[in-house]
Amino acid sequence: MTDASLWLATALVAPFAGAAVMLAARRRKRVWMTAAAVAPLVSLVSLVAVARLFAADEPVRLTAATLWGDFQIGFAAEPLGMVFAAVVAVLWPVSVVYSLSYLRAHDMRDRARFCAFFGASIGATLGIAFAADLLTMLFFYEALTFLTYPLVTHVKNDETKRGGRVYLGHLLGASFVFLLPAIVWVFSECNTLTFTPGGFIDECASEPHWLLLLFVYGVGKAAMMPLHRWLPAAMVAPVPVSALLHAVAVVKGGVFVLLKCIVYVFGFDLLARADASWLVYLAGGATVLASVIALLQDNLKRMLAYSTVGQLSCIVMGAALLQSAFAGAVLHLVAHATAKIVLFFAVGAMYTAGGHTTVGGLAGVARRMPWTLTFFAIAGASLIGLPPLGGFVSKWFLLEGMVASLSWFAVGVIVLSTLLNLAYFGRVVRVALLPAPAAGARTHGEAPLGMLVAMGLPILFVAGMPLFAGFIKDVLAGIL
Amino acid sequence: MREHFPALVAVIPMIAAPLCVVLRRLCPPWIIAFAASLASFVAAAGMLAEVWAGAVIEYTFGGWEAPVGIAFRVDALNAPIAVLLTVVATVVSAYAPTSIAKEVDEVRRPFFYVLMMLCLSGLAGMTVTQDLFNAFVFMEIAALSSYALVALSTTPGATLAALRYLVIGSVGTTFFLLGVGYLYMLTGTLNYADISARITDLGGSRTFLAAIAFIAAGLAMKIALFPLHSWLPAAYAKSPSAATGFLAAVGAKVSLYLLVRLYFDVLRPELKLSGVYLNGALVLASATAILYASWRAICARDVKRLLAFSSVAQIAYITLGVSLVAPGGFAAAWLQMFGHALTKGGLFLALGCVVWSTGSYRFEDLRGLGSSAPWTAAAIVVGGLGLIGVPMTAGFVAKWHLVLALAGSPQWWLLAVVLPGSLLAAVYVWRMVEVMYFAEAEREVNPPPTMVALSWVMVGATIFFGVHAEELTHMAESAAKVLS
Repeated sequence: MTDASLWLATALVAPFAGAAVMLAARRRKRVWMTAAAVAPLVSLVSLVAVARLFAADEPVRLTAATLWGDFQIGFAAEPLGMVFAAVVAVLWPVSVVYSLSYLRAHDMRDRARFCAFFGASIGATLGIAFAADLLTMLFFYEALTFLTYPLVTHVKNDETKRGGRVYLGHLLGASFVFLLPAIVWVFSECNTLTFTPGGFIDECASEPHWLLLLFVYGVGKAAMMPLHRWLPAAMVAPVPVSALLHAVAVVKGGVFVLLKCIVYVFGFDLLARADASWLVYLAGGATVLASVIALLQDNLKRMLAYSTVGQLSCIVMGAALLQSAFAGAVLHLVAHATAKIVLFFAVGAMYTAGGHTTVGGLAGVARRMPWTLTFFAIAGASLIGLPPLGGFVSKWFLLEGMVASLSWFAVGVIVLSTLLNLAYFGRVVRVALLPAPAAGARTHGEAPLGMLVAMGLPILFVAGMPLFAGFIKDVLAGIL
Repeated sequence: MREHFPALVAVIPMIAAPLCVVLRRLCPPWIIAFAASLASFVAAAGMLAEVWAGAVIEYTFGGWEAPVGIAFRVDALNAPIAVLLTVVATVVSAYAPTSIAKEVDEVRRPFFYVLMMLCLSGLAGMTVTQDLFNAFVFMEIAALSSYALVALSTTPGATLAALRYLVIGSVGTTFFLLGVGYLYMLTGTLNYADISARITDLGGSRTFLAAIAFIAAGLAMKIALFPLHSWLPAAYAKSPSAATGFLAAVGAKVSLYLLVRLYFDVLRPELKLSGVYLNGALVLASATAILYASWRAICARDVKRLLAFSSVAQIAYITLGVSLVAPGGFAAAWLQMFGHALTKGGLFLALGCVVWSTGSYRFEDLRGLGSSAPWTAAAIVVGGLGLIGVPMTAGFVAKWHLVLALAGSPQWWLLAVVLPGSLLAAVYVWRMVEVMYFAEAEREVNPPPTMVALSWVMVGATIFFGVHAEELTHMAESAAKVLS
């Protein structure tokens, strides 16, 4: 084993090992809390080591097991996966801080189990990020579905049971009915599943359009309308789950799979030749529709969920424009992940401190929770695309690519969705700034310190993204 | 010693059967059964090792050559089945003493092992024999002992379930015997190889058609192929948990092996000539079974019935693979046979832990199992994931090969049945999961650690073969080669 593969193995094993310790020692608070804190750090440090070796052009490969025939559970680092893994690994420790604070504030049961499945879900996400072939990716993709189910249904009641059914039904349904046949189809025609820069199905696939359609809807985690309903349903989960998993790991895992397939399975050349522009229209329509639905929501978490559905489609739309807007799409993935996690954290903080769940009930929050609302406003402004925040950079590059490829439909979608973002985030801030109703309202203070710290850290990334966006673009230059 | 392995695999349990009663004062019967199963496993594993190296093992009883004597023959098709049988028997005989202590009257307990050994002997004989009449005799031994196994249980209704099983099972074996008789009329021999050599060029004789029809119908009853499955749910539900684990894992599989051996190996040349293919009927029965039996599992009124109907659906995946009459399909069928045997055996053993604690197998008995008996609950979840065919379980390996075989075949439209079938499985598995993890526990559940551990041996094997399937796949592909 080389150094690189050893570090990669550590990064991938740490979340699962941590989860095992947490489950085994769930009655010994000190032990499982230590494991919950150490596992993300071990993963993060090993990933930094992997990134350094990767930057030095060392091949980072790892074969964990041989399955059958030529199939292996294999991992390899490539630019796209490195970016995605970095986002996940950086936001994981932050959400552990938030989760512990949230679980304590709400006095929840089975905290060790919660943290264990949380960590294992991150492990599965890292598995998706580094998968070297479609089958390995499918393995971790399905694992992520099942590992997040106990988190979605952590509070056990009829509502979460129903939400859990919708969640599993959509994700499993899409992957068994569309994704598995798509992968089998690729294999039966091309006899390999290994990701190759520039794609590998150019010569052998007979129906690239149908294949792409199967992938787009098979990856249910990307929440392409009309297969998006699992995401609002999953909002029955505790807030930290919605924040990390349903704004970062799970949904971005889905979009990442699509982006990776576009680059490493289909290849830009094939898609350009076959003219897969229908995906631009499909994703663009979904972006606008989801943003309109978000505007109509009164429940804060549902609003954020529909906002996520819209932004995910926006990323897919950018990727569907191929080389021109692909880097913008990846940057938007990063910008959206960092901003959306803060938005969820802030909504959770408002719920924790004052029991707020709806936009309408937020009056007076600005005075009582100034920090939380400031964080919310900054993150919202980033998603709207105000300079100098992360969302501005990503939308800039998206628009640049769209104009360059003369895709005026996509430009229109971005403009329209920006206005809608402004409307629904602005509404929250506006209502929060209103004076508190005189009678009947609960008085409360700011959210617990742990939550504020957890919100403050990603805000640094949101605000500082213009500084490292160029670096991400350079990393991606290799695949464009 | 080595050269006698084919005989020993069937003979050891047959000798052990009476010893379980005769020596019951000297030695606990389960130890005899366990030792016999283990010895039988060693013989089976030895044969598999030879077959793995490319050999075909021929054995003649007492040195009497066929057609005068009885010949046994072990190749890549049946060696794995013998291993599967004996492994399951070994696990179940270690599991049984604690389990049947609660489910079988004390005086009858030694007979459990007698019957299980007879059943194992019969199934092993069916697996290795090369002679049609001999296959029938072993089939009767296995069948009669399994009827009695069902009837051993103290559960109300066990006798009735056993009677139904007996009636349908007897019709099945009788049909098989009639078919054997017709084949004997046509060829004057009972040896597989001789039949295969003499059966060509019959020009679509009616006798031949009647023979294959009777054999197919008879074996379909034994396999519980839809719509001839009605005996299975009650028989599985009412029998002692250990017996269910054994029968569900391997009972139907051996008859399925026999069907495949006869149709696609022994009678293949003539079937090809006369254009009589079984696959049209098999496709129809399997596709309907997947949908219908899964639906019945979703609506099942207790957990054992749920798993039993699930068996009917899962067996249909095997027959569906067979019905493609292509190497890929046969390999998928053999993989599914293994995956399902381990998964369903493990599930019934895990459920046996619940029955041990609560005395029944209603859905209410699973309430709160996730917190009161986490390992048992986890075994049921993992087994359930195997039934769905989630990656990293043996079920997925089988599903992958089946989907791949279907995608490349003219019957690719069957994907519209196979893929949603997984979702139906998810629905019935989740019926158990939700009761185990969402409902509050009503009482303490403390299953014995040995029983839980042995369930995990089977369930764990499905995970092991899910991520390390190289040998398993090689074995299935070698089995498929025998048929082409």
